[in-house]
Amino acid sequence: MGLRGAGIERGRPLRFFFDGTPIDAFAGESVASALLAAGVRSLRASPRAGAPRATFCWMGICQECTVVADGVRRPACRTEVRDGMIVLTGTVP
Amino acid sequence: MSRETDVVVVGGGPAGVEAALAAAAQGLRVTVLDEAPQAGGQVYRAPPHAFGGTIQRDADPIGVALRQRLAASSVVTCFEHAVWSVSPGFRVDALAPDGPASWTARAVVVATGAQERVVPFPGWTRPGVIGLAGTTIMLKSQGMLPGERTLVAGQGPLLLAVAVGILKAGGQVAGVVDLASPADWAREWRALASRPRLTARGAGWRARLLRAGVPFLYRHAVQAVEEVPGGLRVLLTRVDRHGAPTKKVAREYLVDALAVGNGLTASTDITRLLRAAHHYDALRGGWVPTLDAEFRSSLPGLYVAGDAAGLAGADAAVADGILTGLTVARDLGAMTDTAYRGAIGSLRRRARRARSFGTAMARLMAIRPAHVAAIPAETIVCRCEDVTRAEIDAARSEGAQTANQVKAWTRCGMGPCQGRICGDIVGALLAAGEAPREPVGYFTGRTPLRPLPLNLLAGDVEYTSLKLPPPAPL
Repeated sequence: MGLRGAGIERGRPLRFFFDGTPIDAFAGESVASALLAAGVRSLRASPRAGAPRATFCWMGICQECTVVADGVRRPACRTEVRDGMIVLTGTVP
Repeated sequence: MSRETDVVVVGGGPAGVEAALAAAAQGLRVTVLDEAPQAGGQVYRAPPHAFGGTIQRDADPIGVALRQRLAASSVVTCFEHAVWSVSPGFRVDALAPDGPASWTARAVVVATGAQERVVPFPGWTRPGVIGLAGTTIMLKSQGMLPGERTLVAGQGPLLLAVAVGILKAGGQVAGVVDLASPADWAREWRALASRPRLTARGAGWRARLLRAGVPFLYRHAVQAVEEVPGGLRVLLTRVDRHGAPTKKVAREYLVDALAVGNGLTASTDITRLLRAAHHYDALRGGWVPTLDAEFRSSLPGLYVAGDAAGLAGADAAVADGILTGLTVARDLGAMTDTAYRGAIGSLRRRARRARSFGTAMARLMAIRPAHVAAIPAETIVCRCEDVTRAEIDAARSEGAQTANQVKAWTRCGMGPCQGRICGDIVGALLAAGEAPREPVGYFTGRTPLRPLPLNLLAGDVEYTSLKLPPPAPL
């Protein structure tokens, strides 16, 4: 069953891309939720140690889940997935 | 585009919505701004519109009613608006999905709620470790589990709420790890008895977890989290009644997620930015704006309601929100003094009752200095900038005395979260123990309150059309 809660009626199925990999999700899900459910463990690397980081506060405060979604840098937990959305890891080169 | 209104309320949780409704009922023009797509705050966070059936039916009826009353009122609502600046006068700037928006207002009500606090331990930055309050949001608004098998650890009433939420969604709870002892909970019996409905719900949750065979470990804390094949290894240690951990590992769990939180802190970005007076109140979630009895801050026209004024919980937020809205209405001349006096009596009693329960819960969530003192040297404290406790201690021994000095020395608190996650911990490390926090201070509030893509702020500027002054002669 994975991480999607039992008995929840989600929106229609859709597909987006994370660093080029197609990810199946449902309308209404945040990019953070959809990536977690798809088993993506790391969304970016920390600035000094380069260690993997992922969604932590889930309320748009900590900025750990920052990604680039359709060209805009924003927290994945506050970004709703859209069909065909292009999402890239948020590591600043 | 700049709009003019009487009152801007920042935050669409129970405090903000009630303040907005109360002020609008007196004839004021009120606008509510919130980052989320719907009102309700974190406590009554709404499931997405695209989700159907069960999750909508299971949404807390208090939140549903709040959204319906707001929609039926004259209050203007702007959702998915992230406020990034409030300047005196007042001007409020937000970033909306379609670009920047701003308002001028005679009064601003800050109802920004509370945010997660986690006492750091080695490994807390690893993917799979998430906040306790954050986990409630995943469960309530996304119907998503943090992992297949989750350990729930930390302090306060969220422990039970999260553990039961995971079971209901079909997940496994490896255990509930509470820094408090059963005696700490029992000490709050008077407040618990004053809210039988909430207390009974808590007891029901606990019974359900015990039936499911979930172990409860009191007076334990997370010592470290290690990455191992197939998940995370969580090492637990016993703590004494001050929260000080022993060195010995008491137990290990292999899980794929750890939900951990040590209470909440008031969200003071805006009041700090505006340099309103604050003071430290450990039992109400740390630094809080100093208010008079009618929710006015030290800055005329700036009001604070709900948990942003200090933790008191959702019920108190309702009563305090209404009272704040009425104060604003009277101060702006929309309500006579007599009408105001008539309206506040019963509300004040209701607010006091609600606050006693909220304060008892806040006591269980209060930071324990001995817990912070035991953070190992190599532990990352500032997640944004990878700053460790050892670096903070080194700055302190070199003479950094205040939070802002540590920030300048080490970059701690200088990253994109603006010190929201580490701020209270840094203060506790600098104050060392039970010492007062006032001399240590807190990170200065700065714009932008949220990271801001400058291209969105600038809009469609044609750089060739900008009129540049002639260059200075060489």
